[in-house]
Amino acid sequence: MANMDTTALEPQLPSSYDVTVFEEETRWVKVSGAIRRNVLLFAGSLLILAIVLFAVAGSLIIDEKRTEVGFAHAERETADGSIKDQVAPRLKPSSEFWFGTDQFARDIFAYVAYGTLGTLWMGLIAGIIGIGIGTLLGFIGGYFGGWLDAVIVVLSDALITIPGLMLLITISAYLDQLTVEQLGILIGVISWMGTTRVVRAQVLTLKNRAYVEVSKFNGQGDMEIVVSELIPNLAPFIAAAFVGAVAGAILLSIGLSALGLGPQNEPSLGLMAFWFIRFGAVPQGMWWWFGPPIVVIAIFIVGLFMITAGLDQIANPRLRTSV
Amino acid sequence: MTVDYVLRRLGMFVLIIFVAGTLNFAIPRLRPTNPVEERMNQLLQQAGGVHIANVKEMIASYEERFGLNNPLWRQYLNYWIALAKLDFGQSIAYFPADVTREVMRSMPWTLGLVGVTTVMAAVIGSFFGAWLGWTRTPIAVSFVVPLLLIVTAVPFYLLGLLMLWVFTVFWPILPGGGAHDPLLAPAFDLTTFIDIIQHAILPGAAIILSSVGFWGLGMRGMMVTTMGDDFIKLAEFKGLKERRIFLRYAVRNALLPQVTGLAINIGFVVSGSVLVEVLFAYPGIGNLLYTAITSNDYFLIQGVLMYVIFAVGLMLFIVDLIYPLIDPRIRYRSA
Repeated sequence: MANMDTTALEPQLPSSYDVTVFEEETRWVKVSGAIRRNVLLFAGSLLILAIVLFAVAGSLIIDEKRTEVGFAHAERETADGSIKDQVAPRLKPSSEFWFGTDQFARDIFAYVAYGTLGTLWMGLIAGIIGIGIGTLLGFIGGYFGGWLDAVIVVLSDALITIPGLMLLITISAYLDQLTVEQLGILIGVISWMGTTRVVRAQVLTLKNRAYVEVSKFNGQGDMEIVVSELIPNLAPFIAAAFVGAVAGAILLSIGLSALGLGPQNEPSLGLMAFWFIRFGAVPQGMWWWFGPPIVVIAIFIVGLFMITAGLDQIANPRLRTSV
Repeated sequence: MTVDYVLRRLGMFVLIIFVAGTLNFAIPRLRPTNPVEERMNQLLQQAGGVHIANVKEMIASYEERFGLNNPLWRQYLNYWIALAKLDFGQSIAYFPADVTREVMRSMPWTLGLVGVTTVMAAVIGSFFGAWLGWTRTPIAVSFVVPLLLIVTAVPFYLLGLLMLWVFTVFWPILPGGGAHDPLLAPAFDLTTFIDIIQHAILPGAAIILSSVGFWGLGMRGMMVTTMGDDFIKLAEFKGLKERRIFLRYAVRNALLPQVTGLAINIGFVVSGSVLVEVLFAYPGIGNLLYTAITSNDYFLIQGVLMYVIFAVGLMLFIVDLIYPLIDPRIRYRSA
């Protein structure tokens, strides 16, 4: 931030010279300074936290039964046994059903909460696997070089051109029913190339730095150098790549599921998109059906983008400008 | 541009086709079950579980017909020979139409819609990004960045869905699907042209709106980096006109990675267009792939995927050839 107010970072001594007050104030100034120095990272994290809280709290307070077709929300005692009160479909949002009900009388609030949870879980799995493979190959290629490096580069260059969703659609056409976890693994396996490129390029520039040479002369092994010298320096890049991978995986999974080719038995935002596209939420004007998942997806992806941009600023100080 | 450079790029193009083609061959064969047997059992069940004595023979004859009884290496070889002849077999969904013919029928719609909108998004987005990255731009403009972020964050198809709601239900002024009015006889006249444009507005706008931010943010990042370079400072000290510094010094240099971005983005746009086309019932490649998958038309799936990868690879190859012409650094390094 070029126009940052630097005077805020140099606190004036309080008049009473009370040491504890002084410490309190510097700590606060430090924290607020850190936040202000990285508004994007902070705001993005808040957005993500909000979505995670919504999903976790929502799934805790609402019964998962409500995401199923034909759930009964009350049982009535009558003379001839109990009668299940069926919920009406296509209800507008009310105090009982916060986001209304869909075509099949499912509680949309419950579905969005559980669906968000499922989608987040899937994105996390895909991100971890994609980053794992990508980082590993990037390190191997960048650090050791040789023919292995050539193979990795050529393979990642070729694979990165194949449209991810097309590949995913094709693979899923040959697979039977996927679970959310399997889809996460699958997406992770086909989307490591970006990370490999970034990590490899960074390792190439880092491995000839003086401090790496020094560690070599000190007799440290390759593994030790990678773990103690390279990984800490690459952390912001890997973190940014991880966040990007999660965002990408979530978008891919929603795309796949919206076509009806993803996991069908567990609630997810993508499956929800499939339902509301297939059963005409738009022509029926049921905005409370397609609105909430779109808003959740938008907030989540905006948050991830902001975190990536914030991490980029840490990794690349040149990007630190106002705005 | 040296011969060596062209050859290397050509090698990459061939390699992309090779990797994609091999994946295309391998993926269906990774299935643990025999597809022919499965299909026969499916048909038998549909027929009410009628017992047919010579099912085994039928399976064998089908396998012979498709060459599935050959050893794997032989199948692989035959696969490439057929590919070289652009022979992808016949579509099951549109039997007895050729896969190639079906692809060729859908390709113009996708190229028209996706090609035009991608270029438009790149131009508009780069312009906005350059403006945003320019230090002398008024502060008010900086509020555009978060707005761009939000629009980019909503995937194509969901944005398309929102627009569908606004313009066909809430305020019905545009057609909700298809590429043209089915009642209109196709002809090369103004009415047909206007009709086609009208049908392309919603899916096109969805693609442009959701990718313009990608271009804008990328361009802005490059502009910010370029603005910190010493040659900009030098240009300022020389007292050059602002306009000249902006266009000839900053934008020209910041634009270079955008060209590579265009090449890489083509793949994403083609992918994303599957959903847009399905949503708007647009008769392009994406819709064809969707039909193929929902009707288990494996020949068509393979054919569509292969053509798409060929198109994307070719596009990358062309961009690689153009790149040295606009970036002298690469030209001099390879010379």
